[in-house]
Amino acid sequence: MAVYIADGGEGTIVAKITGEIDHHSARWLRMDIDTAIQDKSPKKLILDFSGVTFMDSSGVGLVMGRYRNMKERGGKVSLANMPEYIEKVMDLAGMDRLLNGR
Amino acid sequence: MKRPQNEMKLCFPSLSENERLARVAVGGFLAQKNPRVDELSEIKTAVSEAVTNCIVHAYRDTIGTVELTAKLSGDEVYIKIKDRGCGIEDVEKAMEPLYTTLPDEERSGLGFSVMESFTDRVTVKSKPGFGTAVVLIKKLRSKI
Repeated sequence: MAVYIADGGEGTIVAKITGEIDHHSARWLRMDIDTAIQDKSPKKLILDFSGVTFMDSSGVGLVMGRYRNMKERGGKVSLANMPEYIEKVMDLAGMDRLLNGR
Repeated sequence: MKRPQNEMKLCFPSLSENERLARVAVGGFLAQKNPRVDELSEIKTAVSEAVTNCIVHAYRDTIGTVELTAKLSGDEVYIKIKDRGCGIEDVEKAMEPLYTTLPDEERSGLGFSVMESFTDRVTVKSKPGFGTAVVLIKKLRSKI
């Protein structure tokens, strides 16, 4: 499990998560992503799930927490490259409505 | 469930490192049925949710034993995750989507919703002060 932070240009950072997201790993991912938000003060955070091999609802908590963190700073969060079953977990939480204000 | 053709039992302490152990063990056990990748992902996710509940809620601030039993009968998978932790006062309430007692720890309250969505049947038996047993049942679909 690791997260790679890249500059996406125009005030965007991309956090590419790799490996498994569960309750055990989420706390480390949370710390790494929040440190990047703190350091770079982005307007937009893109969470890239292309390297994620497993995710349970701890991943939803991870996204909700980063959404709140970015919202407090006037920023936004979007999700990218989610495998189908991860999208299913996100849908259960209504994540699309939350992130896109629908 | 009919007489199982194969079964396994795994006991481990309620350490978060063991969330992965539980789902990998179940994945290994089910490999004999050569399940579809999506079905295996769903079962492993449901197991991860149940085991995380034992660690986060049942044995909160303590370490206890989690018992995981898996059985196979034909195409039916039976998985029981049992703890002897604090138990659940109101099971119906605990199973409501997005209900969580730990919002500050970024728990989404979706554990039971994921279990219900990813398996065919979820049964929860709990007695406050004695523990909880969650049974997950899922019929494996045939490969096309």
